[in-house]
Amino acid sequence: MGNSKFIIGGALILAAVAYLIVSSTQQAAEYFLTVDEINAQRDSVLDRSLRLSGAVLGDTIQYDPQTLTLTFEVAHVPGDNADIEAQGGLAAVLHAAVSDPARARIKVVYVGPMPDLLRSEAQAIMTGRLGADGIFYAEELLLKCPTKYEEALPEQASNP
Amino acid sequence: MLAQFGYGILLITFLLSLYAIAAAVHGYFTQSTRAIESARRSMLLTFPLISLAAASLILLLVQGDYNVQFVYEVTSRSMPTYLKITAWWGGQAGSLLFWSWLMSAFATAATLRKWDRDIEFLPWVIVVASVTLAFFLALNILFEDPFARLYQTFDGSIAAYQFAPAGATPVVPADGRGLNPLLRHPGMIIHPPLLYLGFVSYVIPFAFAIAALITGRTDDRWIRLTRRWSLWAWLFLSFGLVLGGRWAYDVLGWGGYWGWDPVEIAAFMPWLTGTAFLHSVMIQEKRGMLKQWNMVLIILTYALVIFGTFLTRSGVLSSVHAFAQSAIGPSFFVFIGATFVTSIALLLHRWNDLRAEAEMKSLLSREALFLLNNLLFMSVLVVCFWGVIFPLISELFTGQKVTVGPPFYERANSPLFAALMLLMGIAPLSAWGHSTMQTLGRALWKPAIAAGLGTVAIYFTYTTHIIALIGFFLVFFVILVTLYEFWRGARARQRAQNEHFFTALSRLTGRNRRRYGGYIIHISMMLMAIGILGIELFQSETQGTVQVGESLNLQHYQLVYEDIARFTGPDGREVTRAVIQVYKDGQPVAELHPRTDYYWEAQQNMTIPGVRSTLADDVYVLLVDWEPASAIGATFKVYVNPLVNWLWLGSFLFLAGVVVAAWPDKDPESVTARARARGARQISAAD
Repeated sequence: MGNSKFIIGGALILAAVAYLIVSSTQQAAEYFLTVDEINAQRDSVLDRSLRLSGAVLGDTIQYDPQTLTLTFEVAHVPGDNADIEAQGGLAAVLHAAVSDPARARIKVVYVGPMPDLLRSEAQAIMTGRLGADGIFYAEELLLKCPTKYEEALPEQASNP
Repeated sequence: MLAQFGYGILLITFLLSLYAIAAAVHGYFTQSTRAIESARRSMLLTFPLISLAAASLILLLVQGDYNVQFVYEVTSRSMPTYLKITAWWGGQAGSLLFWSWLMSAFATAATLRKWDRDIEFLPWVIVVASVTLAFFLALNILFEDPFARLYQTFDGSIAAYQFAPAGATPVVPADGRGLNPLLRHPGMIIHPPLLYLGFVSYVIPFAFAIAALITGRTDDRWIRLTRRWSLWAWLFLSFGLVLGGRWAYDVLGWGGYWGWDPVEIAAFMPWLTGTAFLHSVMIQEKRGMLKQWNMVLIILTYALVIFGTFLTRSGVLSSVHAFAQSAIGPSFFVFIGATFVTSIALLLHRWNDLRAEAEMKSLLSREALFLLNNLLFMSVLVVCFWGVIFPLISELFTGQKVTVGPPFYERANSPLFAALMLLMGIAPLSAWGHSTMQTLGRALWKPAIAAGLGTVAIYFTYTTHIIALIGFFLVFFVILVTLYEFWRGARARQRAQNEHFFTALSRLTGRNRRRYGGYIIHISMMLMAIGILGIELFQSETQGTVQVGESLNLQHYQLVYEDIARFTGPDGREVTRAVIQVYKDGQPVAELHPRTDYYWEAQQNMTIPGVRSTLADDVYVLLVDWEPASAIGATFKVYVNPLVNWLWLGSFLFLAGVVVAAWPDKDPESVTARARARGARQISAAD
């Protein structure tokens, strides 16, 4: 049969690709958690690769240029997109999170250059691990500042 | 006024493209040449009309009419004029208009070609192009109006309207917010248009494919007609991707060029199907096989192009969190779904007409290896797609959102990329129809041994890293095989035609543009692979805080911090610029100026690296921190990125390869087509 060798070859390749995808997924999976979720499942997530999202609290940002150590705190923001929309969009949610002293917070440590976008009310999306000391050690830090695009119009608007 | 005018023009163009669709469909079914001609003219009219709307928007941007929301959002007084113009695609609404403009330009170009032999395709090409155009125009008209103006309503809130509610007063801010500083880089000015050019030009081959499916003319005519389109589309898309990488390297200041970010992947996915398509159409042309598959590929490419525009444009994915949160999200999904289902239904309808004319016999034949190439590209696509949608899947099934980062893509894709490289080395030497281990082995053993020797040399002089050695072996192997192919062809011609070797070489390439252009592209890919291997496997970094006069050391380099200054730049940004003297093994080789720019209006910092680039490595310095008042000195982060320059070098050779492959003249196909057209005209003149 001329066809069978093609079928076997194709099946072998598909199996290899499926193996690559499954095993790489297992190795590289990062659990996406909110601050509340991390606090609730503290013990079970200890040595896992995590992805954490939160609102940056501007007053807590500290940077030591000698060691390039950056520390700051993030406040809980909902992880579900529908929730964020229901609460008036990302900018409003971040603002509310930062203004609310009762919100759950977590301390973050990151070593590296100070990111350009780090400021109060930015959304930080961090990849890293939760230490036994309750501090989140970030290896990667992404920032999003919706305020820049959705801020209210300036006061000095004038009528022609 | 100008804003209302622009909006009006968009409305008219939208209605016009609806009319073109109706007239073309009507004309096809009633065999009315008049109706089709009317549709064609309407299609031709869209380009000047959208140009007019675009000109209005550009005028508004340049004049700084901040009453218009889009102008307010992307420009400011301090921006130079060229940036005000390029701000056209600096925001969502404008870039959708830019998309429509390109779409109508390409549709016009396609409609203007000589249709003599292919007139039955025309109505359906018009329909597909107009449907796509109408969709993007509708997005502009309904959701993302670039001409909406700011009003204050009676309850005090300010919002943008095209049709202001009663009692609202116009608001004219004194200054705009200005273009995002990240987008004020030359790379970022060219990168989105190139990517869009690539995206949009794939609509044309898709339109011809659909026309072929509907009319039932399912031979390879549609492929031959759009071969050059697909090549240019592929070139633009590839260059858009490379330029995006270059921009990231120059501006984003993380020492890298590609981060497997969902937005990058969104642009990469149509490239994968487009590349597979480019290869598999050759099998249809040469052997009459894989016809159904080619249809699948072009349909997928179109869907991924729209999907890519949606992901890159809607801004939803810069947060890994969000999928459709913008107002245009649902419309995109509906449009992608509807066009995809329709296309697949048409394909199934013609499934039996698209059966292969020959059977694949040998596992090592050229066509089997091309099939394998397609399988590998699709595997990379599946990996990428899986990675992008995995958070959604995991949340759906486990309630837990799990994402996968760059390690996933790197681990899953590297073996696939290696297999593709190996294939690039073997396939050019295998024969159509039938090849055996023996014939292939005879052709391959010399380049394989030479590549092996090269790798041994690398082992003793450069690195013992096993993945790097495999990579370098494959690079050598492909380059040697490809050069050998050039040499073999040129020698044969030299003997047969009694020409000088280089004359023979250039004529050989000129007569087989696609083949040898393709080989040049293969070599360029290998150069890029060298750069990727270098930066991915051998990047080294250090960081430290130093006083003026002190230095940092990394690899062979010593970087002496000489001076720093803070001053105000031309457009109001505050520039902090350091002077670094670079020594290599004690010899001064370069002076670098890493800097940070602070944009007051956007309250944003930009960290611009200082880079010394050679073929061996790049020294890449970032100014991390410096305060004038503090005595602790300045903090720098330094990367040495070996071989990364080969990546950019390869992209230039790539450009050359595509130009060789796609150059219009001396192409036997178009020459015969022209001759046939001439013949056809003579016949019609005779009767």
